[in-house]
Amino acid sequence: MKPTDTSDPDYFHRVVDCQWACPAHTDVPQYIRLIAQGRYADAYMLNRESNVFPGILGRVCDRPCEPACRRGRVDQKPVAICRLKRVAADDKGDIAARLPKIPKAKNGKRIACVGAGCASLTVANDLLPLGYEVVMFEKQHEPGGLMRTNIPAFRLPAEVLAEEIRMIVDMGVDLRLGAPVTSMQALLAQGFDAVFVGSGAPRGKNLDVPGRYADPAHVHIGIDWLESVAFGHIDSVGRRVLIIGAGNTAMDCCRTSLRIGAADVKVMARKPLSMMKASDWELEEAVEESVEMIECHSPREFVLADGRIKGMNFEVLEYHQEGSKLRSKKIGEKFLPADDIILAIGQENAFPWIESGIGLELDEWHVPVVDKKTMQSTLPGVFFGGDAAFGPENIIWAVEHGHQAAISIHKYCHGEDLGVRPPFAVNLTSTKMGIHEWSYSNSFDTSVRRLVPHVSLKERFKKIDIEVELGFSNEQTRVEVERCLNCDIQTVFFAPKCIECDACIDVCPTACLTITHNGEEDELRTRLKAPALNRSQPLYVSAALKQTGRVMVKDEDQCVHCGLCAERCPTAAWDMQKSSIKVPYAGDQTAGSAQPPQRRRA
Amino acid sequence: MSFMQKPKVSHSQLPKNALGLTSRDYEGGMSTLCAGCGHDSITAALIQALWELNIAPHGVAKMSGIGCSSKTTAYFLAQAHGINAVHGRMPSVATGANAADRNLSYIGVSGDGDSLSIGLGQFVHALRRNLNMLYIIENNGVYGLTKGQFSASADLGSKAKKGEVNEQPPIDPVITALTLGGSFVARSFSGDKAQLVPLIKAGLMHNGFALLDVLSPCVTFNDHEDSTKSYAHTRQFYHPAVHADFVPARQPIRAAYDAGEAMPVELHDGSTVVLRKVSQEYNPKNRAQAYSYLHEHQKRGEIVTGLLYIDEDQREMHDISHTVSEALRDLPHAQLCPGAAALDEIQDLYR
Repeated sequence: MKPTDTSDPDYFHRVVDCQWACPAHTDVPQYIRLIAQGRYADAYMLNRESNVFPGILGRVCDRPCEPACRRGRVDQKPVAICRLKRVAADDKGDIAARLPKIPKAKNGKRIACVGAGCASLTVANDLLPLGYEVVMFEKQHEPGGLMRTNIPAFRLPAEVLAEEIRMIVDMGVDLRLGAPVTSMQALLAQGFDAVFVGSGAPRGKNLDVPGRYADPAHVHIGIDWLESVAFGHIDSVGRRVLIIGAGNTAMDCCRTSLRIGAADVKVMARKPLSMMKASDWELEEAVEESVEMIECHSPREFVLADGRIKGMNFEVLEYHQEGSKLRSKKIGEKFLPADDIILAIGQENAFPWIESGIGLELDEWHVPVVDKKTMQSTLPGVFFGGDAAFGPENIIWAVEHGHQAAISIHKYCHGEDLGVRPPFAVNLTSTKMGIHEWSYSNSFDTSVRRLVPHVSLKERFKKIDIEVELGFSNEQTRVEVERCLNCDIQTVFFAPKCIECDACIDVCPTACLTITHNGEEDELRTRLKAPALNRSQPLYVSAALKQTGRVMVKDEDQCVHCGLCAERCPTAAWDMQKSSIKVPYAGDQTAGSAQPPQRRRA
Repeated sequence: MSFMQKPKVSHSQLPKNALGLTSRDYEGGMSTLCAGCGHDSITAALIQALWELNIAPHGVAKMSGIGCSSKTTAYFLAQAHGINAVHGRMPSVATGANAADRNLSYIGVSGDGDSLSIGLGQFVHALRRNLNMLYIIENNGVYGLTKGQFSASADLGSKAKKGEVNEQPPIDPVITALTLGGSFVARSFSGDKAQLVPLIKAGLMHNGFALLDVLSPCVTFNDHEDSTKSYAHTRQFYHPAVHADFVPARQPIRAAYDAGEAMPVELHDGSTVVLRKVSQEYNPKNRAQAYSYLHEHQKRGEIVTGLLYIDEDQREMHDISHTVSEALRDLPHAQLCPGAAALDEIQDLYR
C-alpha cells in the first residue's frame, strides 16, 4: 500500500466516526469535551454552527452518529451523543449575544424560501449574516414545518422548538405565515434573486384496500392526524386503535393515541419485527408504554358494521429468505377489532403548485430533478432541500441540505460556479503537555452507557405535552462524557523518527498496531496483530521505516485514542494531535482564492 | 513509564487460546521502564509465547534478581507465582523453588549485570546443574539503573553515551554456556519477535537449563551511534544462523522444508523444534562446531542469533539427584518428614 495521505482532510475526518456519519458534520468529540468542562454555552454554540437546532436535535435527531460511534465497536453501546447534546442545550443559559451579527447594510439580494421548516430556516440562518434579505412563506400559522406538526410535544416541547426557531426568525426573516405558495410561476415573477423550496414531503401515503372510504371519520392518514392533534383540531380517539405501518411516524401515532383516549393500541407491521423501520429507541419507548407490536400482518380490508369501522382483516404472513430476496407466504387470516385506524405507511413529496413548462424538470414521479451536490433544480436559481429534495429523510439531513443550498445560493448570486465547492480542511495541533500529560482526558473509562430517566408511566399520560424524557442528571452527564473515546485526538506517525523498538505495538490495549513488510491491502489485512475484518475502517500505513524498510500499519477500527503509543514512544514518532475539521459554509472562500478560509463564528 | 494504567478494554475480536484466555489475560502490571526499552518487547514476546502454549498462569513461577531486566517479571502473568531475589542470587532461589516443586514452569529473567557480573558464579552453576528453567538474559551492555556504566557484556571498543571507550573484553553468555556444557543455548533480539517467540516456547519446553541471551537495547544509555548494542547496530550486523520453528505436541508439522535443511528435534513433552539452518556448514547439535562458528562470525562483528545449540538428552537436576516426581507439597507428611529415627539412620551412613 502507498503511505496514507493524511493531508487529505477526509482521512482524519473519517476517523472521527460520529462526525463523519453526521450529515452536517457536527464536531461531536469537541462539544462533548466542552460539556465535560461545564462549558455548556460553548458546546451549544459549536453544535449550532453545524446543526443549527441543538435543542431540537438533542431530543429527536435520528442520530446517525450513534450507530457509527467507535465505542459501539469496542464496548457494545455507543456514547449517548444525542442525550449529551440536549444537556448542552438545556444548560446553555443566555446565548443571545453570541448569535451571528446581522449587518445593517444589506447586499441587495432577496431570497424566497417556501416553507418554514428546518431546511428553510437553515438557509436563512446561513444567509442573513451575509446581508441577504430572506422572505419565508409558510402555509401554517406557525413556523416549524414537520418539526411542529409531526413530532408530538411529549417528545419535543413547544418552547424548545419555539426558542430555536425564534433565534433565526429574529435575525430578520420576513416571515409570511398562513401564506401558502400556490404557483411557482407567480413566485418567480416576484423577482427574487433565488428561490429555495423547503416544503417537506407533506403527503401521507394512502392504503387503498376495500372499505377505505366508508368511514372517513375513523380512518386517518398518520401525518395529517398528528398535525391535527398538534394544532388541537383533534383531541380524542377511540379506545382501540390500530396503527398500520411500523416506522417512526407509527411510533408517534401510537403514543399520541394513548394520550388522547386510547387504551388498547396495536402497531401492525407487515414484516418481521427485526426489520421494523422505526429507530430502536422510539420502538423501546412505545413498548415501555405497553403498545403492542404485531409482526407479519398485511392489511387486507377495513371491516365495517352499520357504516362504522369495526376493525380490520389481515393476512398473516411467514417470511423466508430466497437468495438475497425475502419472500412471504400467506399462512392465515386474522381480524382485529378497532375503533380508529391510523395509516402510517410512509409519506411522499407533492408539488401540485409547480407548473410544467417553466424549465423546472420533474421526473416520472412528478418530483423535481435536483443536483445532489448543489441542491439546484434544472431551473437556475431555484434550489430544493429537506424532504422536498429527495423524499423523506430526517431533520439533520434537511439542515445539511440547507447549508449546501445556502452555499449554492451565495455563489449563484455572485455569479460563481456552483460546482466548485468551498473545501473542507483539517488542522492538527499536538495535545502533548508533558511526558505523561495530554490536554485531553485520555484514560479509558469503563462505565456503561447511562440510561436517560423517564417520567413515570403514571404521570406521563395526564397531559398530552408532558415531555417523557427528563434528560441526564449532572451525575449521569459527568459519567457519560468520559465514555467518549476522543476520536478527534489523532494518532499521527512520523516514520523517519521510528527506531522500530515495538514499544507502541506492545502497549496498545486494542492491538491496533503492527510493523511488517508492506503488501496489498487485502493481503496486508491478514497479517496484522488483531483481525482487521472491518473493511469500512481504513488502514493507516507509514512510509518505509529507516532500519528495516518495513512499514507501520495502524488499523483504525478499534483504537481507543488512549495515547499510550505516543506515551511509550521514545522518539516521539507517535504524537496525539487534535484534528479540527473545518466544515465550509456559505460565504467561505473556495479553493484557489487568495484568502485562506476563515472559520466562521456562529 | 506511564502514569496511566493500560486500559482494560481490548480488541473485540481478540482470539482466545485453548484455556479460553486472550493474550490480555497474560499481562501484568504497567511497565515502569523507559519508553522504548527492549525489555518491554521481551515481556510482550513472553506474553505471546505463554498464551500460544496455553500455559495456565498459575502453573508458572517467575524468578528474577535486581536490575532493570529483573523488573520484567512484574509486567507479565500477574496471576503467576514469583520471587524477586537478591542481586545475582536468583539462580539459587530458582534452584530451591524448583527442588520443592518441579512441576511448575520456571522463567528466570535476569540481565547482563545480574548474571554476568555480581551473579556470574550463580549463573554458571545453575547452568552446570542443568536446572529445568528458561533463563533469559536481557542483555544491553550497560548498567541502566545506575546511569549507563559499561557492563561485563559491553563489547571491546564500544563507546559509552558520553564517549568513553570500553577497554575490557566482554563475557559472552552464549560462549560461556557452550563451554560449560549448556543443553540449550540461544540468542535473539528484542526487536525480532518472529524469532524470539518460538525460541521462548522451545526454551520453556526444553528439559533442562535453556539459556536465551536476548539483545535488548537500552534506549536511554546505549542506543547512540557508537554503541554496539543499539537497535540500529544490532539490525545492521544481525546474523540469524538457525531458524527455530516450534511445533506443539500432537500437532503435525505442516510447514514444508527442503530436504537436508530441516532438523526436527523432539522435546520431552512431545513437542518439536524444527531447526532450519541458514548456512549448510552449521550444525546446532555439534558443540565444537557451534563454538567455532560463533567465534568466526564474532570476529567479523556479526551477531549470531537463533537456537545455536541443543541437546535434549542431557539429564536435568532432578534426574541427577534422583528426587521424587511430585512436588514436595503433594507428599504425605510422613514421607516428607520421616522423623528422628530416619534422620539417625541417614547420619549412621556417614559415621
